[in-house]
Amino acid sequence: MNYLSEARILELEEIARQIRVESIRIIHRRGSGHPGGALSAAEIIAVLFFDKMKHDPTNPQWEDRDRFFLSKGHASAALYVALAKTGYFPAEDLLNWGELNCHLQGHPDRVKTPGVEMSAGPLGHGLAVGAGVAMAARMNKKRCRTYVMLGDGEMQAGIIWEAANVASKYHLANLVAILDYNDVQLDGSVHDIMPLEPLADKWRAFNWHVIEINGHNIRQVRDALDLAEEVHSQPTIIIAHTTKGKGVSYMENSSKWHGAVPTAEQLDIAMRELNEAGGAK
Amino acid sequence: MSEMPQREAYGRALAEYGDVNKKIVVLDADTSSSTLTHFFGSRFPERFFNVGIAEPCLVDFGVGLSLGGFIPFVNAFAAFLSLRAVEQVRTCVAYAETNVKLVGHYAGLSDFKDGPTHNCVMDLAVMRAMPNMTVIVPADNNEIVNWLPVIAEHQGPLYFRMSRDKSLPVHPADVKPEIGKSIWIREGSDVTLISNGAMLGRSVQAAELLAEKKISAGVLEIHTLKPLDVDAICLAAARTGAIVTAEEHTIIGALGGAVAEILAENCPVPLERVGIKDRFPVTSKGADLLMDHMGLRVLDVVAAAEKALRRKER
Repeated sequence: MNYLSEARILELEEIARQIRVESIRIIHRRGSGHPGGALSAAEIIAVLFFDKMKHDPTNPQWEDRDRFFLSKGHASAALYVALAKTGYFPAEDLLNWGELNCHLQGHPDRVKTPGVEMSAGPLGHGLAVGAGVAMAARMNKKRCRTYVMLGDGEMQAGIIWEAANVASKYHLANLVAILDYNDVQLDGSVHDIMPLEPLADKWRAFNWHVIEINGHNIRQVRDALDLAEEVHSQPTIIIAHTTKGKGVSYMENSSKWHGAVPTAEQLDIAMRELNEAGGAK
Repeated sequence: MSEMPQREAYGRALAEYGDVNKKIVVLDADTSSSTLTHFFGSRFPERFFNVGIAEPCLVDFGVGLSLGGFIPFVNAFAAFLSLRAVEQVRTCVAYAETNVKLVGHYAGLSDFKDGPTHNCVMDLAVMRAMPNMTVIVPADNNEIVNWLPVIAEHQGPLYFRMSRDKSLPVHPADVKPEIGKSIWIREGSDVTLISNGAMLGRSVQAAELLAEKKISAGVLEIHTLKPLDVDAICLAAARTGAIVTAEEHTIIGALGGAVAEILAENCPVPLERVGIKDRFPVTSKGADLLMDHMGLRVLDVVAAAEKALRRKER
């Protein structure tokens, strides 16, 4: 691991800002998408794709790459922006999102979109799939790591805990789950719809190593990912406390913006709040 | 070999094949002493994963292993693999086009003693509805053993459906099954019995009884429900002008349903479907007894053939 300089942190914060801006733009353009959960994940995705992960956009099938699984597939906008910005496909493709002939689907599709490791959409798949990938990496004697981004609503699905058992049984220390804990799901607050707490204790009880961070703090995100590499007998979950719709005042902490599309006026406000000089474009 | 239950033939052959193909990994959901994947597990413990009673996770964990370059054989009771884990199969296997081999055990009525919850007479309809899925129903132990390398080497999602019990032997030891290519078991000119799985042996017996009645019945094995051998079905219709399907499954959506679709669209001839007539099974003291009870007797196939013939001659 290498030290994250202040200048580098600023760079990654700028990338996270751009992920937010572009995510909102492409959701607005398509007239469909999930802005809230894309915005809450921006720093984590920025650190993974632009700093932490070993990957090669010119060779998406590189065997030694680290793997990223977006289990909360509805945050596809943020993933697509990151994939385009790192060069897996041309940025122009983002403008065609939703067109019948565009490889970008509503939710990620591994067959159609370069850089997407696994199709996702129905919640709960990522951790079990990621556990299998981590096991395969170990059997293949690869040092690559498997990162799975989970949503907090997913914590309500039984398969998550089935997968937690499996990863723990096989001591998959090369598997890191990152929970985007923004406490908002489609129907309202997670703590109202189906409370998760004491969540860290639950994961510890499943024999996972637990790290809790502020998911919008670049240094904390990187430090947690680095620390996870020092855990050698357990899988790690990074519980990242985040804000749904982070960075756009009217979207923040609102379940309304789980899957809503901003109007032209709202887009303009969002761009201003995200310090986007060019405005809505 | 023919004296073994299907699961034992599979379990022993899989363990042997594990030596040939090192990419094979085997998963089970606390049923390895029933599916007999424990033969593989004890021989290759590092390539065997028992995830407990968690079929959805079983499928997705297998998907992950396939993404890592292995060839997972995902084993569970067919009833739970095809129903409890159906969304995992749809999204992460069929839609995502992963190289996962789903093996449904104790299918049909073969888990006679555990009753309707464990019988599985709708799995093939479910699997056949999925794009990208190959669906195979072997008839006997020789076929099962010879399918293993074929399905392991096939790239893509696949469902392999087996019985708990013995089935009547039909094939020689060196049978060479090919995906999508049906097998003529017996030639006939009056009617064709199209069958697969445990009903294939019964259909051969039915053809013999029909021969005693001076009715020439062909027997066509459609082991691959998907992709379907449309040409063979149309050839059978052209040759005999009357078709009977016989399957250990609901007549909705699997062999009977598929053949009805093909005939109606391409070459309409009288069709009679032997299978389970849209009802749940019951608990029984024996698999054969239960098959008989549910309308899968050899005599049911004979009667269906005679009925199809009468309709043809009308």
